[in-house]
Amino acid sequence: MIRIISILVGLFFTLGLAWSFGNGAYTAITEPAPVTAEHEFHLVPKEVHFASDGPFGKFDRQQLQRGFQVYKEVCSACHSLRLVAFRDLAALGYNEAEVKAIAKGFQVPGIDPNTGEANMRPGLPTDYFPKPFANDVAARAANNNAIPPDLSLITKARHDGGPYVYSLLTGFQAQPAELLKEFPDAKTPNGLHYNPYFANLNLAMAPPLTADGQVQYGDGTKSTVDQMAKDVSAFLIWTAEPKLEKRKQTGWPVLGFLLFATVLGYMSYRSIWAEKKKKKA
Amino acid sequence: MSFPWAHEYTPSHPFMKWMDEKLPLPRLVYNSVGSGYPVPRNLNYFWNFGFLALACLGIQIVTGVILAMHYAANAGVAFDSVEHIMRDVNWGWMLRYAHANGASAFFVVIYIHIFRGFFYGSYKAPREMVWLLGVVIFLLMMATAFMGYVLPWGQMSFWGAKVITGLFSAIPLVGEPLQQWLLGGFAPDNASLNRFFSLHYLLPFVIVGVVVLHIWALHIPGSSNPTGVEVKSESDTVPFYPYYIAKDGWAMGLFAFLYCAMLFFFPNALGHPDNYVPANPMSTPAHIVPEWYFWPFYAILRAFTSDFFFIPAKLMGVLAMFSAILVWFFLPWLDRSPVRSGSYRPAFKKFFIILLIDVLILGYCGGAPAAEPYVMISQIAAIYYFAHFLIILPIVSSIERPDPLPFSITEAVLGSDEQAALAPAE
Ligand code: HEC
Ligand code: HEM
Repeated sequence: MIRIISILVGLFFTLGLAWSFGNGAYTAITEPAPVTAEHEFHLVPKEVHFASDGPFGKFDRQQLQRGFQVYKEVCSACHSLRLVAFRDLAALGYNEAEVKAIAKGFQVPGIDPNTGEANMRPGLPTDYFPKPFANDVAARAANNNAIPPDLSLITKARHDGGPYVYSLLTGFQAQPAELLKEFPDAKTPNGLHYNPYFANLNLAMAPPLTADGQVQYGDGTKSTVDQMAKDVSAFLIWTAEPKLEKRKQTGWPVLGFLLFATVLGYMSYRSIWAEKKKKKA
Repeated sequence: MSFPWAHEYTPSHPFMKWMDEKLPLPRLVYNSVGSGYPVPRNLNYFWNFGFLALACLGIQIVTGVILAMHYAANAGVAFDSVEHIMRDVNWGWMLRYAHANGASAFFVVIYIHIFRGFFYGSYKAPREMVWLLGVVIFLLMMATAFMGYVLPWGQMSFWGAKVITGLFSAIPLVGEPLQQWLLGGFAPDNASLNRFFSLHYLLPFVIVGVVVLHIWALHIPGSSNPTGVEVKSESDTVPFYPYYIAKDGWAMGLFAFLYCAMLFFFPNALGHPDNYVPANPMSTPAHIVPEWYFWPFYAILRAFTSDFFFIPAKLMGVLAMFSAILVWFFLPWLDRSPVRSGSYRPAFKKFFIILLIDVLILGYCGGAPAAEPYVMISQIAAIYYFAHFLIILPIVSSIERPDPLPFSITEAVLGSDEQAALAPAE
């Protein structure tokens, strides 16, 4: 009895699926899905290496400081970094006085101690990076109706984070002629910018890094656009996971210990079972 | 319970004697994971996965309880509280990665455990109850993991909650009110997050309870084994302690090594980047996908694209997705072959391998975008999935001719068994 019911239920589902399959196949043949410009012109991020990559990866603190400088002087005009506090910058190799000075250079929302009115005051190490726009409406109004996303987690929030940000920053270009020939409707709308690394090819951010020397590095590194893009990407890898280096450094002794314990465990297993494994032949 | 030759617990220390009279807890331990529990001597490494599953449950509960000390189940701050764990709590990043990857490790282990059962016919009499309880555990695990994934309140948390609770809206008449009742609103919000956290904290302990029943039910007939031939004499078994403690122990070491390699070096490999974007009801992600361990079932859900007679496609998908797991409950009665182990069932073995590949294909399609060719591939794979359990298994098990079985476990291991000479011809 149960087998008859089972076969009937089985037929119900398989026929339902076969019906869906048939309809799907018919549509696929009669109205094949249109090819889109994104499908043909979107590019995967460029190959680029960061010091923090790989199982032995370590942050290059010099580079993080340069990246921070790029963020501060360029990106912070539009993008917040709300999960990072000034005190966290100590991890980039700044000493206490330097952290205090950096914090002081930012104006953060405060309260006037005499009147209780909201005001702006210089930042303290315990403060978080301030938001460049008062609210989302203001952010949209200033950015062609797009909100510049918070960058704290951006390299974890996109596939291939670091390389993606680097490719995006260095990937702005004129829309290829072949694209327009093939998809005349896909012309980059006014106020957007063509970038093949962005998911839908057109984004509201104007190229933020445009000229070599846009940021003056203090450590003698030449600030080409490529270098600045790499540095700020490295910095954003750090902001997304400040504990990345510690994680990898903790991993090795843990694995070493486990390997040792496992080998011991295996040897005791072998010796305990030795008698039982012998064939009588 | 157990076999007549099982060692008897004989406390020697006066305290243990006293304890044994008042509350025989040491006796219980001795009889369940000590020398008092005889186990077939020929278990292969697939039999280690039950123990590993227990270890995973332990890891999830310990890491989870500590995470809950720092996590805040409020839609306004949940996302930031998780980032606070990652950045400011001492070793918080390790706890969180241990818990998130622990869930994945748990499912890897449980899937191997379940497929061990499929292949070696572990679900057959006299172990039906063990199997049924196992399926209950799996359902509870899925509910727990689903609700856990909502807690960080990222984009995938939010949209996953919306899609999965939306499945209930496919139920005729009561669907919509039911979905609103489950969520405590029209869309996932603070009320949903709070109840999910409450249940996510509760269910693992319910799982612990069902696991106790699962092991209790197992210890009545004792473990099966790769030959599927039941234990006949003492030489077929070894006491759990020290033999299987040693084997589980070293397997645990290997598992911990692989798990920690994941945790420390690829902690986000199995996660979705969108979950590092805070939940935003106004912006739908391009592809909403659940965690990898739900992919095969998600593929089945999405495989139904056309209404079937008067049944809407969505309802068909929901019915099929739940049935895909519920059929496991009937397995002991669908597979009628008296031979347990797939090793001695040539036809079954082939279908088993097809099923294994089929589920991997379903998993792949479930993680891919809902576009061709993935939908068509998952339709074919889903057809096989249902046909396997509901049509092929009942038929094959009645017509196939199994290979000859060894007389006993001892014979299978040692090549001969003196008991065989004494036994009446079968
Ligand atoms: C003039 C304002 C402005 C400046 C300066 C700016 N951005 Fe942007 N950025 C935007 C806007 C607006 C968007 C949103 C684009 C969209 O969604 O179409 C954006 C988006 C992004 C994105 C996300 C792309 C995605 O995948 O969604 C990244 C990454 C980014 N910016 C990085 C940077 C970096 C790094 C800098 C500094 C070198 C920078 N931006 C400087 C306005 C700016
Ligand atoms: C069967 C056992 C369990 C499974 C399968 C499981 C699964 C999950 C999953 C998949 C997540 C999301 C992970 C992430 O993206 O961070 C999660 C988060 C969480 N779980 Fe569990 N869990 C289990 C047990 C527990 C227990 C026992 C507790 C507490 C008592 C707990 C507390 C938490 C908390 C607080 C979070 C949110 C914090 C975070 O996102 O990291 N879990 N769980």
